[in-house]
Amino acid sequence: MIPASFDYVRPTSVAEAVQALADGGDDAKILAGGQSFIPVLRLRMGDPSLVVDLGGIAELRGVREEGDKIVVGAMTTHHDVTRDDLLNQHVKLISEATKTVADFQVRHRGTLGGALAHADPAGDLAAPALALDAEFVIAGANGERTVAAGDFFEDYFTTAIGPQEILTAIRFPKYTGWGARYEKFNRVAQAWSIVAVAATVKVEGGTITDARIGLTNMAGTPVRARGVESALVGQTMSEETVRAAAQAAAEGTSPTSDADAGSDYREHLAKVLTGRAVLAAAG
Amino acid sequence: MTTVENNAPAQEIGRDRRRKEDRRLITGRTRWTDNQALTGLLHLSIVRSPFAHAEIGSIDTSAAKQIPGVVAVYTASDIGADAVQLPCAWPITKDMKSPQRPALAGSRVNFAGEGVAVVVARSAAAAKDAAELVEVDYTELEPVLDMEEALKEGATLVHPELGTNENAQWVFDSGEAGSGGSATEALSAAEKADDQVVITRRFRQQRLVPVFMEPRSTVVDPSGEQLVMWSSTQVPHILKTMLALTLGLPEHKIRVIAPDVGGGFGGKIAVAPEEVVTLLVAQKLGKPVKWTETRSESLLTAHHGRDQIQDISMAVTKDGIIKGLDVKLLADMGAYLGLVGPGVPILGAFMFNAIYKIPAYRFDCTNVFTTKTLTDAYRGAGRPEATFGIERMMDEVAVELGLEPMEFRKKNWIKHEEFPFTTVSTLTYDTGNYEAATDQAMQMFDYDGLRREQEERRKRGDVKQLGLGISTFTEMCGLAPSRVLGSLDYGAGGWETASIRMLPTGKAEVVVGVSPHGQGHETAFSQIIADKLGVPFEDVEILHGDTQSSYRGLDTYGSRSLAVGGIAMVKAAEKVVAKAKPIAAHMLEASEDDIEFTAGKFSVKGTDKGVGIQDVALAVFAAHDYPEGIEPDIDAHATFDPENFSYPHGTHLCAVEVDTETGFVQLHKYVCVDDVGTVINPLIVEGQIHGGLAQGIAQALFEEAPYDESGTLLSGTLVDYTLPSAADLINFDTANTSTPSTTNPLGVKGVGEAGTIASTPAVVNAVLDAVRQYGVSDIDMPTTPFRVWTAINSAKGTAGRADEADVASPGAGLGSTAKDMPEGGNL
Ligand SMILES: Cc1cc2nc3c(=O)[nH]c(=O)nc-3n(C[C@H](O)[C@H](O)[C@H](O)COP(=O)(O)OP(=O)(O)OC[C@H]3O[C@@H](n4cnc5c(N)ncnc54)[C@H](O)[C@@H]3O)c2cc1C
Repeated sequence: MIPASFDYVRPTSVAEAVQALADGGDDAKILAGGQSFIPVLRLRMGDPSLVVDLGGIAELRGVREEGDKIVVGAMTTHHDVTRDDLLNQHVKLISEATKTVADFQVRHRGTLGGALAHADPAGDLAAPALALDAEFVIAGANGERTVAAGDFFEDYFTTAIGPQEILTAIRFPKYTGWGARYEKFNRVAQAWSIVAVAATVKVEGGTITDARIGLTNMAGTPVRARGVESALVGQTMSEETVRAAAQAAAEGTSPTSDADAGSDYREHLAKVLTGRAVLAAAG
Repeated sequence: MTTVENNAPAQEIGRDRRRKEDRRLITGRTRWTDNQALTGLLHLSIVRSPFAHAEIGSIDTSAAKQIPGVVAVYTASDIGADAVQLPCAWPITKDMKSPQRPALAGSRVNFAGEGVAVVVARSAAAAKDAAELVEVDYTELEPVLDMEEALKEGATLVHPELGTNENAQWVFDSGEAGSGGSATEALSAAEKADDQVVITRRFRQQRLVPVFMEPRSTVVDPSGEQLVMWSSTQVPHILKTMLALTLGLPEHKIRVIAPDVGGGFGGKIAVAPEEVVTLLVAQKLGKPVKWTETRSESLLTAHHGRDQIQDISMAVTKDGIIKGLDVKLLADMGAYLGLVGPGVPILGAFMFNAIYKIPAYRFDCTNVFTTKTLTDAYRGAGRPEATFGIERMMDEVAVELGLEPMEFRKKNWIKHEEFPFTTVSTLTYDTGNYEAATDQAMQMFDYDGLRREQEERRKRGDVKQLGLGISTFTEMCGLAPSRVLGSLDYGAGGWETASIRMLPTGKAEVVVGVSPHGQGHETAFSQIIADKLGVPFEDVEILHGDTQSSYRGLDTYGSRSLAVGGIAMVKAAEKVVAKAKPIAAHMLEASEDDIEFTAGKFSVKGTDKGVGIQDVALAVFAAHDYPEGIEPDIDAHATFDPENFSYPHGTHLCAVEVDTETGFVQLHKYVCVDDVGTVINPLIVEGQIHGGLAQGIAQALFEEAPYDESGTLLSGTLVDYTLPSAADLINFDTANTSTPSTTNPLGVKGVGEAGTIASTPAVVNAVLDAVRQYGVSDIDMPTTPFRVWTAINSAKGTAGRADEADVASPGAGLGSTAKDMPEGGNL
């Protein structure tokens, strides 16, 4: 790997990191797990003057319970997310989605915060975060602010995180007892999603009482399939109801066409996969 | 020393020994070319054209030269790289059109990725930094991308000086050759006959990249008397001779070393421009220099494979007897001719008739220049393309005639009692038994059971439909009889050499001319030598890849290392024994006629007196007492030139599940029974089959190197070039039948390419078998979910590249052409 040269700092607190970013100016960039950032440097698609490595900040790692929220530090690795009992119990959808990310090596280094900050439209964690109504805690020179998932993802690779800000944590409401499924469609096991559907549903006495559905790679940002959600809620759980409701999955999306899929095909996949995801989540 | 206890090892040939080289290879303890660290080593970075076809104007190197650590920045003419003519060793016709292929482009670039300048610096990082600052003024020309368009009157020419985009046309006609009838006549007779039909199909062989694990790397040290080149190459011997011929260097002043090499698959059969540039820079500066490519450089500039359009017509009686076969190929050479590039499709000429008795055959191949990366050998070279063409055709014709595809094959294949069999394309297949391999495979596969399951799923209208595919293949390998190569105008022979050095302590060093790069040669060859000399396996060392020790050889490709090189080893071992025998007789005070050699021991017939071959080795080292008129030396060297190719064959059966809602193809079952003759090491054979299957299946389902309309490669990273991993494949059920080859003393046939050659059509036949019921007639490879879904859902019933957007798929902003991504995103 031969990136262009840059300065490097490894602060041990969020405050120090924020200061380093402020000192570094516009060309300062954050390094988390490096699984997206390092390849970009290697291909010289970016050449920051300063790299601020968050790897030394202990307070950014780990999962904790705060009242009715589960809070995940931005630097918690994908691997740790998949193994976490609190998440498995209360926010199963994020664990399920994280299991489909890349391979063991990447999951051992890549972080939840890094993946969400990177905001690749084909990335697997944004749609679940959107579906789950996550909140994003962002630290900057003026202290901390919280952004709702609906406002966080702005465009391809673009989020509400300002140039000199750091995503410190992601807060999830609890979905205890909800079923969850991340239905990922890709060509080979290690590849990115062509389309994927994040679904979590609450079924009580055979009736769907609540549903949250997010779509991956159906637009520049993750999309919430609200039409499907409302078509499901209140219905008796059955394959026909689910498949019928899933027909609304492509509403409000604007998928691209590329070598792996045309936009029509993506719309079709969104419907098929939504049906499968909801059935599995409810199953 | 008159009696030695018999410590001869058990038979080594046939043992499933673990590979002895793996410890150093897998743990990374070995030194690859890039690990060579020489004092004062300088590093190269090559400046490459982003355009497919462009005139080069001025090149401004001034900013690059300012970077600290930069020693020099050279354009092509500064080091004479533009005047070089990189070699093509296979002029397939007398009037073949051959463009000059420079080491760096001087005035015009002809494919995206072609080198135009080189930076030399004290560190690889400084070289890379400076390379970014070299300003090249390009005037873009029209790219030439489509083979059929390229051949039309008035087409833009890749090389205007050639006056055409056609490299050569090569024709074989069995009517003219006297090996069969005229295919043209057979086809027109069939058109007229009531009981015959002619079936015509067009297939595409997509472009592939031989993604070897170790990227290419070259180090040149010019400081000694011999210039030393380390290179990650499959062909150190050919490289040495070609460097001498190409650059006018005295051959004895060059030493080429291929240290451990991490894979090649044909992709390292080359005299690469970068090897020559590294050498030219080292000579110019008088300092050691290293070039190592990045993965993207490798995908873009190391030669590609396949890329053909195949138009095939078969005349057949309505009850399924083949009357004639006509094959027209267009083969994409890319921008230049590689070392054996033009000959690759021609190797297929002998294989379209495959295992079948075809009375009339015509093969007509036109090689075409385009402004793409050049193509050359890739695992199977010409034979996977031919096998795909014929095995797809066998299924298509069976469907048209309403015959069970295996029954149709059986009606036409060569029966085991008909061997040796001379084919319509003039090869003589020595041995084989297609019935035996097929029977075993059909049973292991439970063909009938799967057909029933397929029927049931159809009746139920399951979302996941089953498809079964067959490939009954053979191939010619063990390249090659030198006289045959001569008749094909190939620029070298096909012999191989081995030398055995018996050390004073009784150990054996075996110097081989073949050049392993991951196959397990050291293990398999040690097993052969252990048996032939009767020494322990552990006492044999295989030396390879350095022209100073191994001065004569033709290297590794075409499944030749065992079938040709292995026989040279056997011959050398026989010579060692023959040389040792009179000395042993002298030591035993017996007549040479009374001495017999078994299991490493020379003994006097009818007595218990004997000496080991190790004792003889020590005796000639001391040389105190040996017979008059004999040299005190039992070392030997042998060269083996095969009389014939070897013809492995096998039956491959594949079942796939196609998700009809998404188009996703999941392998369901894969069975193959291969006949590779005598098996030296079953573990290595199985490993070669597994790897070959993975690569062949990948062509069917995953891999493609597409270009966009401006001539940019869309698969410039491994995010875009879809390689499968173990997670995407299934358990392969493999087995072997064995009809030993009669054309070599070991009875071996090649195994290195078999899996790749056989598997691709089995998979595609299976995919089509699953979806023909929806009106699908063809799906181009790779049969991606998008293509399968498109073919099922479009009225035309086909799908291929033309249905897709010219945009690489997403991936962390790593896509080579991430068009929609705002510059760098938030990166
Ligand atoms: C081979 C491979 C396959 C992959 N496959 C998938 C896949 O299938 N699905 C998937 O979703 N992902 C995949 N990924 C990406 C992986 O999930 C990455 O881990 C993730 O996208 C980035 O996380 P990271 O911690 O490595 O961040 P980095 O690469 O370090 O950073 C990514 C970007 O986010 C910024 N950033 C990071 N952390 C913060 C923060 N706390 N605050 C502000 N900005 C920040 C960085 O500046 C940078 O711009 C793959 C990666 C690889 C290498």
